[in-house]
Amino acid sequence: MAPFIHFDQVTKSFGPLRVVDKLDLQVAKGEFLSLLGPSGSGKTTILMMLAGFEHPSNGAIWLDGTRIENLPSHKRNMGVVFQNYALFPHMTVAENVAFPLIMRGVGKAEAVERVTRALDMVRLSHLKERRPAQLSGGQQQRVALTRALVFEPTVVLMDEPLGALDKQLREHMQLELRDLHRKLGLTVIFVTHDQSEALTMSDRIAVFNAGRIEQLDTPEGIYDRPRTRFVAEFIGETNLFEGVVKKVADGIADVALDNGVLVRAAIIAPVEIGSPILASVRPERVHLQSEAGSANVIPVTIADNVYQGDHLRTHLSGPGLDLVAKVQRRVPVGPVGSTAFACFEPSECTLIAPSVAP
Amino acid sequence: MSGSPIRSRISALLLVAPLFLFLAAFFVWPLVMMMTVSVTDGTVRAVLPETASAIVEWDGAGVPPKAVQDALVADLRTPTDQMAFGDAVRRLNSEASGFRTLLGRTASAVRETPPDQPVDLAVLDKRWGEANYWQALQRAMPSYTDRNLLAAIDLKRDTGGSIVADASANRIIMLRTFTIAALVTLICAAIGLPYAMIAAASTGWVRNVMLLAVLLPLWTSLLVRTASWVILLQNEGLINKALMTIGIVDQPLQLIFNRTGVVIAMTHVLLPFMVLPIYSVLLGIPRNLMPAASSLGASRLRAFRYVLLPMALPGVLSGSLLVFMVALGYYITPALVGGAEDQMISSVIAFFATGTANWGMAGALGLILLVTTTALYLVYGRLSRSPNMVGA
Repeated sequence: MAPFIHFDQVTKSFGPLRVVDKLDLQVAKGEFLSLLGPSGSGKTTILMMLAGFEHPSNGAIWLDGTRIENLPSHKRNMGVVFQNYALFPHMTVAENVAFPLIMRGVGKAEAVERVTRALDMVRLSHLKERRPAQLSGGQQQRVALTRALVFEPTVVLMDEPLGALDKQLREHMQLELRDLHRKLGLTVIFVTHDQSEALTMSDRIAVFNAGRIEQLDTPEGIYDRPRTRFVAEFIGETNLFEGVVKKVADGIADVALDNGVLVRAAIIAPVEIGSPILASVRPERVHLQSEAGSANVIPVTIADNVYQGDHLRTHLSGPGLDLVAKVQRRVPVGPVGSTAFACFEPSECTLIAPSVAP
Repeated sequence: MSGSPIRSRISALLLVAPLFLFLAAFFVWPLVMMMTVSVTDGTVRAVLPETASAIVEWDGAGVPPKAVQDALVADLRTPTDQMAFGDAVRRLNSEASGFRTLLGRTASAVRETPPDQPVDLAVLDKRWGEANYWQALQRAMPSYTDRNLLAAIDLKRDTGGSIVADASANRIIMLRTFTIAALVTLICAAIGLPYAMIAAASTGWVRNVMLLAVLLPLWTSLLVRTASWVILLQNEGLINKALMTIGIVDQPLQLIFNRTGVVIAMTHVLLPFMVLPIYSVLLGIPRNLMPAASSLGASRLRAFRYVLLPMALPGVLSGSLLVFMVALGYYITPALVGGAEDQMISSVIAFFATGTANWGMAGALGLILLVTTTALYLVYGRLSRSPNMVGA
């Protein structure tokens, strides 16, 4: 089946600056796809090209079998939620939500009914005569969302819509958005630089760096099996060790680290014996034990313990390497200066080919 | 350490005192003076004080009682300042013609009569036997009058005291003033809105050049700007030469010393007052509103109509108000590039103030202008507060 949205070799340059580089991206109908990356990675430009505010320098954009890159934005029927909501300050909440309906020639009675129904859904009916300036950030956010959904668009595009909210409200809105997506079966393209936001809501995440997709995968895939150094370091926190593959057997690779320690890691992508490689272990996968266990064991000295409330961040220095462990509070940790063994399972250690600089 | 509350309050008062004093001396006081002078009418009263108090009682029918006549004789006997007497005579003559000779002759006759001998005015001049001269005298007596205000809007009181039309051009000139100001405001808005929109949408040197083009005329003397329009617009001027060279017209267009010239020159001079408020309002409009409107299905035209225009409207309104108010008082430009039919109310005021020293009329016209302008301002305040709605 043809993809619902298809970026086909899309390049976008601003002068000499290539912001999006030969992007090939396919999105299925009903999917929630996050574009995640640091600022300047091209993710917003991609969204703007899809919305019709920017035009590709090269390549084609397909929507449901039609080329749309030259279609003006007001004919694309996409709901866009902007970073700062872009509510019309001179209109009431109801007028804002009715705007797309009126632009589509929906009759007044029907428009009023649909606006009421839509505002009911986000529990804002009692505020419909207010102006945007009289609403809280979260309420404005919900109005912007309602306005982008009320005309039943084919795709909903969101450009860091939760960025201006405080942490608690943001987490609440993440769940609300996810539920809305599931209930209405929307196709959502969501731009964010907040990894936890992307991990919470997405079906798939495209991690961007310098105009290219580093990895396109499910949240679990992105977090547990990062395929590039950038992804491993950008998403969450990780311990990276450089080494060389020594042996491959039974889906497990033996990697000799530069400091001489041998690490065993599960193979998820083919590796060649003798090739340089990176081993990545998440801090919460590192266990501290008083005696050497099975799999991977690194003797370490505790350099620092940082209290983080629900866990302890422990900085460890081993033979020629440093690593960080997140230790649950119920696990006893020795004082700074004491020795321990840092252990982790091979299945929890990921191998990454050292990046060929893009 | 801050001082006591009272001391800090006093120092705060001292800080704003210069402003208050300035406003009082150069705004409030002249305004009050202007209003006062337009309704004061004490010239006759000052010369004939006893008559003034005696004639109040008179019912205006027939000839006033002896007491009034005696009071007038007594007043005329009292030596007065020749200048004040002249003013009073002029004032009375404007109420009823013939007073100049009547009062002059009566005064000299009264003075020649010995003080102990009674004077019969009707014998002295039979006109004192007619009611209308006495009535005119009575009408000229009050310290305050509405005749200047009435004259300012082409009205006067007839001999019976009721208000009737007066043959004068003040209303026409006032109407013309408002028409020219409104026309200039409209043209300024029509040019200023797109100009401000382009300036606000552009960046870098384009924006700077556009703003400079607006600001530069503000820094140039009004007289110089107006004079340069004379050079540009005259029959042998740059514009007519250019039009004839490219063959659009055979005869030079009459662009100056008529309404066209006045409107062109005033529009140019006042355009900054329109562009700058609109520009600052446009800068305050979030940049993503137009893309938002577009994504919601509005074509460029409808996005402009429903989003940008309503949001720019406060700027257009305050710009229009500024232009209109300033245009109302224009004096030099119509005088230099206008014809006789293009003179505005300011020149009439200037004529009364400096030409005939009739401060009463000048004040009255100024007061009428002030009242109309204030009324318009209130309407504007009401308009700019009402919200702009879209559909639903």
